[in-house]
Amino acid sequence: MTEPLLTTQNLTKHFQLSSNALVQAVDDISLEIAPREILGLVGESGSGKSTFGKTVIGLHDKTSGTVTFNGEEMPDRYQAGDFQRFANQMQMIFQDPYSSLNPRMTVGEIIGEGLMLHSDLKRSEVNDQVADWLRKVGLNADHMGRYPHEFSGGQRQRIGIARALILNPEFVVCDEPISALDVSVQAQVVNLLGELKDSMGLTLLFIAHDLSMVRYVSDRIAVMYLGSMIEIGRSDDVFFDPQHPYTQLLIGSNPEPDPNLERTRTSVSIPGEIPSPVNIPPGCRFASRCPKVMDVCRERTPSLIPLVDIGEDHHVACHLFE
Amino acid sequence: MALLDVKNLHVEFTTYGGIVHAVRGVDFSVDEGETLAIVGESGCGKSVTVQSIMGLIPMPPGRITQGTAHLRGHDIIQSKVIDGKDIRGNFVGMIFQDPMTSLNPTMTIGAQIAEPLEVHRGYSHRQAMNRAAELLDMVQIPEAAKRARQYPFEFSGGMLQRSMIAMAIACEPSVLIADEPSTALDVTIQAQILDLVKSIQKDTGMAIILITHDLGVVARLADTVSVMYAGEVMEAGSVDDVFYRSAHPYTLGLKEAMPTNQTGRSRQLKPIDGSPPDLFSPPKGCSYAARCPHTMEVCLENNPNAFAMQDGHAAKCWLHHEECEVEAEDLYQA
Repeated sequence: MTEPLLTTQNLTKHFQLSSNALVQAVDDISLEIAPREILGLVGESGSGKSTFGKTVIGLHDKTSGTVTFNGEEMPDRYQAGDFQRFANQMQMIFQDPYSSLNPRMTVGEIIGEGLMLHSDLKRSEVNDQVADWLRKVGLNADHMGRYPHEFSGGQRQRIGIARALILNPEFVVCDEPISALDVSVQAQVVNLLGELKDSMGLTLLFIAHDLSMVRYVSDRIAVMYLGSMIEIGRSDDVFFDPQHPYTQLLIGSNPEPDPNLERTRTSVSIPGEIPSPVNIPPGCRFASRCPKVMDVCRERTPSLIPLVDIGEDHHVACHLFE
Repeated sequence: MALLDVKNLHVEFTTYGGIVHAVRGVDFSVDEGETLAIVGESGCGKSVTVQSIMGLIPMPPGRITQGTAHLRGHDIIQSKVIDGKDIRGNFVGMIFQDPMTSLNPTMTIGAQIAEPLEVHRGYSHRQAMNRAAELLDMVQIPEAAKRARQYPFEFSGGMLQRSMIAMAIACEPSVLIADEPSTALDVTIQAQILDLVKSIQKDTGMAIILITHDLGVVARLADTVSVMYAGEVMEAGSVDDVFYRSAHPYTLGLKEAMPTNQTGRSRQLKPIDGSPPDLFSPPKGCSYAARCPHTMEVCLENNPNAFAMQDGHAAKCWLHHEECEVEAEDLYQA
């Protein structure tokens, strides 16, 4: 593997709700993202995947652990100046294309704001670039004076993409960029991200819960459950040969648009739901629902171990493999 | 005769911007024990179709301008009552998309499930509450009796959806309408809910109308499918015909826009360019013509009728006209 662009080492984010309620939203996550790689991050709601993305990029302070970007260790707590400094390198595309755009700003102002703040360009030059970006994301340059409410969901998501990419960042966190969109529009946005990734050399952390789409988009997939990372490996390996019981449940639950396949495969649904992330008991976090639970699972937290004989670069945190 | 039979349904809404033609000539029918899926993207009129039949759209601004709907041979557009009983709750139960906002936050779950039993079946409050606990048990909520006394905020999303199902089947309806029943849920919970709906159908033999935009959910649950676009049914047929022998370019487009379950990136996703037509003034010809890769002159001028193929498979597309030179079969044998 080449020198990673971004490394998280034991990254942890806890929220202290009250003196006796601790939410371990992100717990001890170490991973590396290579330059020009797309790492997909999947998990159910409440698994901490968005919190992870926001902590990586500095929107949440870290509880402990480090994030190293381009060889430089990022501050534990971002000050205003840090955001200024890193805005050119890291950006984020948000989930909800409705609430993440200021309704009182025109699209030109929204997309150009980063350039106005982070470059020495004159307003006319900024406008030229905004027009350029509107075309790149498949919108019309004349739309600059319009307000967000005049656009459809897919178009707004493109505005969010243009806003994030106009500063020419190296690394972008995409937090569920397609879940609010219709199928035909999802494909448009996914293809657009793919083209821009190729032309700009982007590295992406792609957070989503649509497993088929994540597999399609990503080079590698990481699976989170209740704040910890339980499996990581190359996309096809994780999707077609999942090892962790939870990943198997997750992939098996994903309905495929193929009636014959759906008729023949046995139901994998297991009872229960993701438990509350407040005051998690020790041991493996999936122990309460796992069909293959053992005594050791309730006592010791499994650590991520490489599965040499199954696939290159495939890691699982499960006592079954120790 | 089909259990529920809807023919040539037209629904319009009067708005400040003009009249929206939301549903334009929809036909479908569903039999006992059968699951019909109505699929389509947002704004295609799939929810309005069933809500109008149920009398759930406010009139005005909405109105049904044409069409018929018969449940067990009774006209349910003119009258929402059969044999002195309201069709809603008694004959047709409904599950809504968002379980968080569809339940009353000020009533206990048990009281909400008991309400239709008291209203439609004349149960006493105590009888109804006992039955509510049984129903919660039936939808696999643990400690049902205790849970029945709790409020919606004490339930998770998956349990709320189970409660909605319990409420919808309380009066043993012959048709269950499920409007995006699992869209707001995580995939593992979705699998549980779909399994639950399937097993209840097996036990009761009710018909299900499933409204969804997820072709995966359709493949898992449906027997027959109607694909809607811009207020019309573009293609209808058995789930195998629609998935494996797609006869309409829109159905094909939807399939190509989704990733397959093959390893690697075997092919690029093919998005459907453009956006659906404005339903204030629907196009004169086929409503998909502006986005269709096979558009012909006739498509822009005349809206096709549904062309029937074998086994009830039908598609609203000129490619199936006998004078069409392009062999439709060649295009769709994918």
